Amino acid sequence: MTSVYFDHAATTPVDPRVLEQMLPFFCDRYGNPSELHRLGREARVAVERARAQVAAGLGAGEKEIVFTAGGTEADNLALIGYLQRFEPGHFIISAIEHPAVMEPARALNRLGWAVDFIPVDGDGVIDVDAYEQAFRDDTKLASVMYANNVVGTIQPIAELARLAHEKGAVFHTDAVQAVGSVPIDVGALGVDMLSLSGHKLYGPKGIGALYVRRGTRLTPLIHGGGHERRLRSGTENVPGIVGLGAAVELAQAEMAEARPRLEALRDHLARGILASVPDVRYLGHRTERLPGNVAFTVRYIEGESMLLQLDTHGFMVSSGSACASGSLEPSHVILALGLGAEEAHGSLRLSLGRENTQAEADAFIEVFPPIVDKLRQMSPLYVKG
Amino acid sequence: MYTDLVMDHFSNPRNVGEIEDADGVGQIGNPVCGDVMRISIDVDDDRIADVKFKTFGCGAAVATSSMVTEMVKGKTLAEAAEVSNKAVAQALGGLPPNKMHCSNLAADALHLAIQDYLVKAGREADVPRILKALPKEHEHSSP
Repeated sequence: MTSVYFDHAATTPVDPRVLEQMLPFFCDRYGNPSELHRLGREARVAVERARAQVAAGLGAGEKEIVFTAGGTEADNLALIGYLQRFEPGHFIISAIEHPAVMEPARALNRLGWAVDFIPVDGDGVIDVDAYEQAFRDDTKLASVMYANNVVGTIQPIAELARLAHEKGAVFHTDAVQAVGSVPIDVGALGVDMLSLSGHKLYGPKGIGALYVRRGTRLTPLIHGGGHERRLRSGTENVPGIVGLGAAVELAQAEMAEARPRLEALRDHLARGILASVPDVRYLGHRTERLPGNVAFTVRYIEGESMLLQLDTHGFMVSSGSACASGSLEPSHVILALGLGAEEAHGSLRLSLGRENTQAEADAFIEVFPPIVDKLRQMSPLYVKG
Repeated sequence: MYTDLVMDHFSNPRNVGEIEDADGVGQIGNPVCGDVMRISIDVDDDRIADVKFKTFGCGAAVATSSMVTEMVKGKTLAEAAEVSNKAVAQALGGLPPNKMHCSNLAADALHLAIQDYLVKAGREADVPRILKALPKEHEHSSP
């Protein structure tokens, strides 16, 4: 039975080398890093080593890394933790943010903050002019994701951060999809805060981090014993933190090899799909995109149907259709690109990872056209051209 | 999230297609919400002699369409009119809660096909007797 995993943007397997480094911290070296005895000290050393690994992966200082329980918490800490220090004013996000940014933004809006959602063009690139013009005297923060989870488009983050600073605001980026896949240097980017997540880069679930530039003051969301320089209380998830550090270090070490290989595989797959299925629209920017992202819409049929058919053939992919997401609306990201709801319902995302091969891509290109054909034969919207 | 029976009807849908010069055709849903179902019927001696469907939509939309065609083939119009969306979902062993609204309209499409037949056959007077409740326009409460 075929089993091909093309859903790495949803989550990745834990790299066995990462797991190996985590395992001792469950049963043998289980100390609480806050304790002064030997086991406590060993755990503290491991946590600080992982902090140094994550910092090195971002070009950051060790004191600028705060461990969180994942990317969503990091995004919440960035937006709410920064803005709740002020009286309600104004902030800016893009129209294609992940719910982990979109929802805290809406929560702040309910607390009296004004928020502007900056549109993107047909490739998913933010409208830089609209972004620049959205700043007001009371704009405190702008947050734009580094790379989009649905269509893979990478934003001009350095420029956006510079513009925010010119207007006197801080800049945050949700880089959950990007860290580990493309080189990130917080110094060169000029960002004030950056979120990342362990399970998107072959690390464990339930661990993430927020980079906080020195001098950027936050108030915590989780109050307690004052861990993580008072920014995130709660006994540290030591195995998770060790795993995150190991995963960032491995991704960094292997990126030069992995990235061009993935990009070639991505482009091969995209070309094969576009050549073998009519009425397919490739989504996202052609070149400024994540190395493993292939996103497209298929006219006249619906995404969940494709996903389920592919699943019965052993291919695991994702869809931005309303049905697949469990809501009634198709993906807000695909609608933001300017596509109609009907076409947005037919979206599919393949996200490739380290273990994927050319043979798997070729197998997909074999299996996919007959599935589309079968569903189109079933569709009342399909009129053979 | 789907029962085995839903997956069976989705993977091997029964009665896919469109009857040429059908006696009655019913369509419901719209592409904006992601589900469109079209059912065509041939009627012989007040019974559904043949029924076919075409569906744009998710797994549940396809499975309910397929199931309703199986449930009503050979039935009298009055019996077929009794088959509700809920009964179709039950026959499939249930649907996930978020699929009960948009993706569970196959019986409505069938009822519209029956109505279409009755009108075309000049039996408009029979509509209220056979179809006790006509399906409403499919609408969303959310914008």
